[in-house]
Amino acid sequence: MEDTIVGISAPVGGPISIIRMSGHDGLSILKKIFTWKDKQNPKSHRIYHGWVVYEGEKVDEVLVSVMLAPKTFTREDVVEINCHGGALVAQKILLLLVKHGARLAEPGEFTKRAFLNGRIDLSQAEAVMDIINAKSDLSHKSALNQLQGRLGLLLNASCEALLVLLARIEMAIDYPEHEEADIMAHEIKLKLVDILADLERLLASANSGKIIREGIKTAIIGEPNVGKSSLLNALAGEDRAIVTHVPGTTRDVLREAIKAGDVFLEISDTAGIRDTDDVVESEGVVRSFKESQRADLVLLVFDGSKAVTQEQISKFQHEGWEKVLVIVNKSDLPSKVDKDLLKNTFGEASVIEISAKNYIGIDALCHKIQNMFLKGEIEYGGDLVTNARHISLISNAKDSLVNAMSAIGDGLHIDFIAIDIQAAYATLGEITGIVVTDELIDKIFSEFCLGK
Amino acid sequence: MKKIREIVYTAEAVDVIVIGGGHAGCEAALAAARMGCAVSLLAINLDSIAMMPCNPNIGGTSKGHLVREIDALGGEMAKNIDKTYIQSRMLNTGKGPAVHSLRAQADKHRYSQEMKKTLENTPGLRIMQSEVVDIAVDDGAVVGVMSASGALHPCKALVMATGTYLGGRCIWGEVSVNSGPNGLAAATQLKDSLDHLGITMHRFKTGTPARLDASSVDFSKMIEQRGDDEITPFSFENSREDIDRPQISCYLTHTNERTHEVIRANLQRSPMYSGEIEGTATRYCPSIEDKVVRFAEKTSHQVFVEPEGENTNELYVSGMSTSLPEDVQIAMYRTVPGLENCRIVRFGYAIEYDCVDATQLLPTLEFKTISGFFSAGQFNGTSGYEEAAAQGLIAGINAAAKILDKPPLTIDRSEGYIGVLIDDLVTKGSNEPYRMMTSRAEYRLLLRQDNADLRLTEKGYGYLISDERHQKTIEKKRYITDEINRLSKTIVAPTEKVNLLLKQHDSSEITSGMKLVELIKRPELTYDLLVDVDTNRPTLPKDVAEQVNIAIKYEGYIKRQMLHVEQFKKLENRKLPQDLDYSTISNLRLEARQKLNAIKPLNIGQASRITGVNPADISNLLVYMERRKHMERGTE
Repeated sequence: MEDTIVGISAPVGGPISIIRMSGHDGLSILKKIFTWKDKQNPKSHRIYHGWVVYEGEKVDEVLVSVMLAPKTFTREDVVEINCHGGALVAQKILLLLVKHGARLAEPGEFTKRAFLNGRIDLSQAEAVMDIINAKSDLSHKSALNQLQGRLGLLLNASCEALLVLLARIEMAIDYPEHEEADIMAHEIKLKLVDILADLERLLASANSGKIIREGIKTAIIGEPNVGKSSLLNALAGEDRAIVTHVPGTTRDVLREAIKAGDVFLEISDTAGIRDTDDVVESEGVVRSFKESQRADLVLLVFDGSKAVTQEQISKFQHEGWEKVLVIVNKSDLPSKVDKDLLKNTFGEASVIEISAKNYIGIDALCHKIQNMFLKGEIEYGGDLVTNARHISLISNAKDSLVNAMSAIGDGLHIDFIAIDIQAAYATLGEITGIVVTDELIDKIFSEFCLGK
Repeated sequence: MKKIREIVYTAEAVDVIVIGGGHAGCEAALAAARMGCAVSLLAINLDSIAMMPCNPNIGGTSKGHLVREIDALGGEMAKNIDKTYIQSRMLNTGKGPAVHSLRAQADKHRYSQEMKKTLENTPGLRIMQSEVVDIAVDDGAVVGVMSASGALHPCKALVMATGTYLGGRCIWGEVSVNSGPNGLAAATQLKDSLDHLGITMHRFKTGTPARLDASSVDFSKMIEQRGDDEITPFSFENSREDIDRPQISCYLTHTNERTHEVIRANLQRSPMYSGEIEGTATRYCPSIEDKVVRFAEKTSHQVFVEPEGENTNELYVSGMSTSLPEDVQIAMYRTVPGLENCRIVRFGYAIEYDCVDATQLLPTLEFKTISGFFSAGQFNGTSGYEEAAAQGLIAGINAAAKILDKPPLTIDRSEGYIGVLIDDLVTKGSNEPYRMMTSRAEYRLLLRQDNADLRLTEKGYGYLISDERHQKTIEKKRYITDEINRLSKTIVAPTEKVNLLLKQHDSSEITSGMKLVELIKRPELTYDLLVDVDTNRPTLPKDVAEQVNIAIKYEGYIKRQMLHVEQFKKLENRKLPQDLDYSTISNLRLEARQKLNAIKPLNIGQASRITGVNPADISNLLVYMERRKHMERGTE
């Protein structure tokens, strides 16, 4: 049986993006991310309204067409998700579907399936192949576009470095009596360390790209009246205006994206924070705790003017938070909190003093957050790896090189090490479009003087 | 020259005619005759049977693999070099088992004599000195060949193996003569016949260094290169004891800036740079003048001085192939340490020759357009004795198989270097003389020289492999499997003896029982090293023990490559019809249509390897094939 494929079928950038999915598992994959009334028994050829939800969090409000086989374009089960504009939301939903078992469609693959399943006739079939050509040209062009600029340079540099290294190894294997043939495992290792670092930098840029695109999911946690809403206001205040609203959520501000230095903080359940600060209500605390489990960053707020007991602190320990900063608020008032206790519990560097009311320490806090998420130098302006396919290929290439490193560690011979290096090169070649053998032999004979 | 020749007489009809007595021709003739065909081998000069007009050795990286594979399929090259080697070395022993490569220095004259003797003593095979000038084709099938003297030789199949003789022209300095290698007569008329048959030809160039008189060479100024103390035979059917003999050394010396100055000062007199040579040279065998020009920054190049045999003073100067004028050659060689007073007995030369565009061939090495017409060796655009012999073997087997109504024998890329070689030739063709390299084999780890018999001998059964040899191979496989199974079940206890042994080999001690396979996997240990703690070990032949060791030690890598092979086989098994006219598939790009029509790939896998066919074309092709299937079903 064919696998389930997914693709964005209407051009991204218009007011509506359509994500189309075709295949036997389409419906069950949909159910994992879409909540709507008729979830259990959807009828064919109906349109449903609901929310795409990921790990309890609403991603977008959408209309979904469910069309069951065989009366569909591909004669397979087809699901179409009409989501709000914006490449980010569409791509996010696309990646969610991939995560749950769909595969990214190749150019023209929906049409190809339509034909192969007898949905379109002979004359239409001729057109199918034109579409495949046109689309593959298009995807080739768009891939080329993505490969221009710094990303392309970095990737090509890594490929070239791998090729030179491979040529060196292969020369040693095919011309063992040549004077330059000796290559030591540690020489290979040194080269691999550099190339690995480059690939890791590229992947890091992918993470940064995600952070920059989507913002850092941030939860503000703390006892009532410690100043959570003041902190929110300070972060979003006067010259840090609320920058974006999530599209389509006009009735209720669920999330606020706040620019903190070079990154966005996506602060969840801001309404909740404001509410629970006004009304001392345990339900609100429970809700924000739940929210914090899914956050990239937790801002844990204490009132610096009040003493805090070990017991109060213990409550916040072992929450399994990914990253946490302890905010000691109200630094304008005499300090009563035991800062050493906080530092001992959460780590010295994680504790920061501010006065939300007087905007003291807010810049330092933003700076700290930025450093936590954007390591090293990140340049902006489209040089980031954002294409899902590229990310997975670079990551696979990196894995191959890690294998090569461990082969070196295990004392294996260079021809084994070459296997993984070649795999890495071939994987990157799927991005750059280079074929291994031809290039390699050209390289060997251009780099080394060989022959009887 | 007469275009239409008169038949003076009709010679005895045979099944297979082989044109050429070089390494390809010999294998082809022997294979066809041994399969039961009546074979005539026609060569311009019978004293040049299995001649080595260039380097005096067989094997080396990847080429050694080819020779082992030739042997595994029942060919002759391995046995002949085992009879006539004067030095033997296993190269690359410091690397993994997949790239261990056997190379032997040959006594050139004895190599040639022994091969001739084998041909003469093979029933059904006759050799004849004769120049073929015409190929007779009737109704799209070969029916015979015509000799220069007007003899018509009727045949059912033909193997072309003309090497560098066809349209041969030797050039050095200002001298240019129409000649085959080594001053032998060239075949001058046959090309017209090939043109007439509509066959596309290339013109390639190769070259050879001078030969020196050993009595004029000072070996004390060079570094001696000795053979291995324990030699390995090329043939799986020989043991070391069978062929052990005293070995002769080679010597290493170097060119220097003075050498390069002589070359640079005379480049304008080199035919390569004066435009005298038109043929395409290979990057794999550059002349010394090429090396000096292309790698101008290098101040020295290696030179290996190799004896050509036991009963001759002639020395081969490996690394200094040249087509410079004679006076420049003398001056140039005399700049090299040890060669200061050398006397040249044969001058180096470049040779141009006519060869065929191999994409016109099927993987059986038969021309797609002419039934019964096979071709092999340098004529197919390769360089090297081993590449030639491998093709000759396959062409000879398939020529005989065609006549005997047996299925053709083809080797794919996952089965052998022979498969890689032939697939590259018939799928991609070559713009320069093609040399085998281990880097060309994508499943290198599986295609080792040590397991060529396990990979190919069963495949060769029914062609050149006897019942006995077939059974022996099956038995060997069983020994290997049984022993691996035993080792996977045998547990050694952490006794004092075991840990002492481990300590001796810098291996960490064990505290609880451990399977022997796990110990063998440790980089510092081998199957052989553990013999003393493996009490129930059966006595197994050395080659079986070697296979067991490799299979266990490199299991992870081997499994990975086998997964890749599985993927490869899937595409190879999607057949494409040979009558498909790709120009009617309008949705293929023009280049793809042309390339596919020219190559007529046998399957999707081969189609995907054609230069100029991209993944979108393959996708279109799959759709087209599916459409065809729908149509066929519809009309039923």
